[in-house]
Amino acid sequence: MLPRNYGPTTHRSLGLTDDELDEIVRMVGRAPSDVELAMYAVMWSEHCSYKSSRVHLGRLPTTGERVIVGPGENAGVVDVGDGIAIAVRIESHNHPSAIEPYQGAATGVGGIIRDIFTMGARPIALMDPLFIGPADDPRSRYILDGVVRGISGYGNSVGVPTVGGQTTLDPSYRGNPLVNVFCLGLMRVENLVLGSATGVGNLAVLLGSRTGRDGIGGVSVLASSSFGEPGSGDDAAKRPSVQVGDPYEEKRLIEACLQLLDEQLVVGIQDLGGAGLACATSETAARGGLSMDVDVAVVPRREAGMSAVEVMTSESQERMLAIVTPEALERVNQVCRRWEVEATVVGEVRQCDPDGIGRLRVRDGASGELLAEVPAASLAEDAPRYRRPLAAPLDAAERRADDPGALAPPDDCGADLLALVADPSPVYRQYDHQLFLNTVLAPGAGDAALLECAAPGIAWTGKALALSADGNPGWCRLDPRAGTAATVAESVLNVACTGARPIALVNCLNFGNPEHPEVMWQLSEAIDGMTEACTALGLPVVGGNVSLYNSSEGTDIDPTPVVAVVGLLEGLVRRPPAIGWRDGDAVVLLGRTHPALGGSRWARALRGHRDGELPPLDLAAHARVSGLVAGLVAAEASAEAAPGLVTGVHDVSDGGLGVALAECAMAAGVGCVVGGSSRAGGSASGDGGCVASHRELFSESASRVLVATSRPDRVVALALAAGVPAVVIGTAGGSRLVVEGLVDLELVELRRAAAAYFGEVLA
Amino acid sequence: MSPAVGVVCFPGSNCEHDVVRALASLGASARIVWHGDDDLGDVDAVVLPGGFAHGDYLRPGAIARFSPVMGPLRRFALDGGPVLGICNGFQVLTEAGLLPGALRRNSGLRFVCTTVPCVVGSSSSVLTAATPVGTVLALPVNHGEGSFVCDEATLESLEDNGQVVLRYADNPNGSMGDVAGIANRAGNVVGLMPHPERASSDLIGSSDGIALLGSFLAAASATAPF
Amino acid sequence: MRFAVAVEVRGLEGISDPQGQTIERALPALGFTGASGVHVGKVVRFELEAADEPAARATAQQMCDRLLANPVIERAEVVVSPAERGE
Repeated sequence: MLPRNYGPTTHRSLGLTDDELDEIVRMVGRAPSDVELAMYAVMWSEHCSYKSSRVHLGRLPTTGERVIVGPGENAGVVDVGDGIAIAVRIESHNHPSAIEPYQGAATGVGGIIRDIFTMGARPIALMDPLFIGPADDPRSRYILDGVVRGISGYGNSVGVPTVGGQTTLDPSYRGNPLVNVFCLGLMRVENLVLGSATGVGNLAVLLGSRTGRDGIGGVSVLASSSFGEPGSGDDAAKRPSVQVGDPYEEKRLIEACLQLLDEQLVVGIQDLGGAGLACATSETAARGGLSMDVDVAVVPRREAGMSAVEVMTSESQERMLAIVTPEALERVNQVCRRWEVEATVVGEVRQCDPDGIGRLRVRDGASGELLAEVPAASLAEDAPRYRRPLAAPLDAAERRADDPGALAPPDDCGADLLALVADPSPVYRQYDHQLFLNTVLAPGAGDAALLECAAPGIAWTGKALALSADGNPGWCRLDPRAGTAATVAESVLNVACTGARPIALVNCLNFGNPEHPEVMWQLSEAIDGMTEACTALGLPVVGGNVSLYNSSEGTDIDPTPVVAVVGLLEGLVRRPPAIGWRDGDAVVLLGRTHPALGGSRWARALRGHRDGELPPLDLAAHARVSGLVAGLVAAEASAEAAPGLVTGVHDVSDGGLGVALAECAMAAGVGCVVGGSSRAGGSASGDGGCVASHRELFSESASRVLVATSRPDRVVALALAAGVPAVVIGTAGGSRLVVEGLVDLELVELRRAAAAYFGEVLA
Repeated sequence: MSPAVGVVCFPGSNCEHDVVRALASLGASARIVWHGDDDLGDVDAVVLPGGFAHGDYLRPGAIARFSPVMGPLRRFALDGGPVLGICNGFQVLTEAGLLPGALRRNSGLRFVCTTVPCVVGSSSSVLTAATPVGTVLALPVNHGEGSFVCDEATLESLEDNGQVVLRYADNPNGSMGDVAGIANRAGNVVGLMPHPERASSDLIGSSDGIALLGSFLAAASATAPF
Repeated sequence: MRFAVAVEVRGLEGISDPQGQTIERALPALGFTGASGVHVGKVVRFELEAADEPAARATAQQMCDRLLANPVIERAEVVVSPAERGE
């Protein structure tokens, strides 16, 4: 009889439904023990099991010629040639960051880095898309400041540069910030190791930090060592649910693990994240199709008096579980000692039971009391999957018809432009973005970060990686399907603006409460939109994360699917043209402008208007624009003799053409004069040549890029040959940004306004 | 003959590979020396690279100064061998007493990663011998605790003896006297907060650090046996 | 005997303390007027086995001189008391 002390309704307080408990009883063949119930509760949580989203995620395209490992492992792995692969993953750390911004963000960074080096890859780049409440809300300012400090404090110290991200301030995230963290690593293909416990007799070795009571959260009901005894009630209140990160431990763990993998000393490895040891042991055993015996008594602890439930479910940071052969153990211990990393054998891989099932067995002492004995796959893979009801909002048609184009035009477009420009350098200046000497286009320089594809031990062969992370609640609120497709398109275009071709995408789906049919509809639509865009643009989805139950003051957040796209540029020899232009350049607009304001930041941020219809997105046309731009920029960056045709490039997105022009002017320190409605060559039908009103100036219609050139005829001819609309809209020069009839601003005014946006929040 | 440079790695260092990469691109044979070794090996110069040795816990450099490698490093420095401390390496050198002063939390209380113009203040050091006084270099900084502080008399003597080798033209951290880098009296031990290795190629934004690293390698070659 | 040791590390007089200044500027905004001379330091606490209190104090002082404080910028104050027994 395994120890079982919980009451008839305890499972509910652990987040398990009565039906789920019945299913557990069926799988285990009896009522679960305390430890078993705790493990099922954490493993079958939404966070670990994706039980609400999994039925939809299967629709995403996940294969491609370069894909070595797709979704389901710790990270996606994609071949970039020369025997080198990238490992990529994105995750959310939204709820922890809402409670304790610094540690929430810091441990988010730590967790995503572990996912990457688990695969055998050296983490070389981070990106952090952040969505936080408005600047006039003190709590949101505190959260932004803490999150940025947390990313800075952990990322810089652990030695992984933060090369990109996005910071969006919006009332939708008041009290529920979104802190998404992306990491990319570089590896030799032959060093790939999966999180799989194979080889009967192999040992499970716990590496890294001691186990404390961090992040025990909900299962603390079961966690008390004096469970069921009087006076145990106050224990839980004292228990911290905030996990604390230690970047120095993680740095040593990275170096130790990479050395272990380099010396081929481990047959499988898995990081400990959500659900801690319960997750790592059951997942590795399930993947290996074998049993595993675990001894909780030997797990090194940070505090006295911890119960087995606590040890198995603790989310203490900076820990890894390595599967090693008994012969390799001595060398593993040597490597760990060098890096001052604690290594403890906590388990052993065993033959499947006679019934052919691999079980996870947990004992207190090698031959001590049996605390848990369950099919490993039942924890890791057999969580229930829900096809939750979904329904489009009842007022969808009304909301769609409420178009912001009907709002009164601004008296002064210049004033609106000043309110929209935002310089994020107060954020990214706190992040080391140059470590490893790879950063060719640093934050702020280009539409995407551009990195030499190199790492310690992996010499540079001339390839470069472009990285962009994007999310747009304004677009996705109006139409989660088209908005998500547009988000993917935008990320692809950012990468193209650095000369790279997109090769892989990872996503982080941030949504509200899945028990609300409208939220499930948003999620399903977003996945369809992502599928459409990725299929049309030939982009495999190699990993993802779903974060549900995000709500602000009882209202679900606007749907916020975030994507990160990685692009590849071959033969880099010089810095490509980036955001900006040169005095005297012609400014060419590629792509067609739909003068529609639905989903624009102008409507949402300046007018508080959050409905309407998105401008149309033509994915075939988008592919043509992206291909053209990538080709033009790559020619500048990679040819022995640069054609010198393109001197600046910037895609048009958030804030529309007005903000794109302003950002080029500020980056270059050179103004520009753009023709207004009277200008010859423009046409009212909206083929892009005419900036007639605030609609053209602030529309966020997709698939548009500004290109600066001294030979506009050539650029326009190349564009038209590629089937891309192109028109000269202005000429760079002077110290003012002028859009005739609409805007006339000194660069110093623009700079002051842009600097104030984040400068005041992060003063 | 290419000079042999030892780049010391403490647990928590993170710029050691970058320094090796930059020095190798300039023709040096650079290799990493483990902090736990009590021997520098056969080297012509030593670099203490950037990072967060021992997590920067307690104070940056406070624990690193007791590593076994610091004994031979001290002897190497006292014998006139070229020693360069970059960022965290500078912090280690001040904690170890090989350079005067200390590095404190930035006056803005935030970590700062950006490129700043720096002016060469003295050419009498192994790092700046090839760059005339007044040369302006665009150099990346990347630190949370880089504000140089010392007592007034020390600063005065540093200035008088030409030991302030590099000064910020736009002070990012509140350093006294805009000090970005200093040398010992003999000029063979130099510490600076900016990262010359991060300014070693136009592709990554600046090659202004090459003159500094080149000078350091020239000094190493001068001490190298033929 | 076991002793409880608390080492308070503070900036030297005259060395600027931007953290302290920032806190001092923030306090009046929260309605706390009259606070001045705000300084931020750190406390290092540990237990120490020693023959008697002077011996414990001497050992702790040596720790300060060698590691816990940097005399260029910091000064340290050692407080030694008998360790409490039990949990």
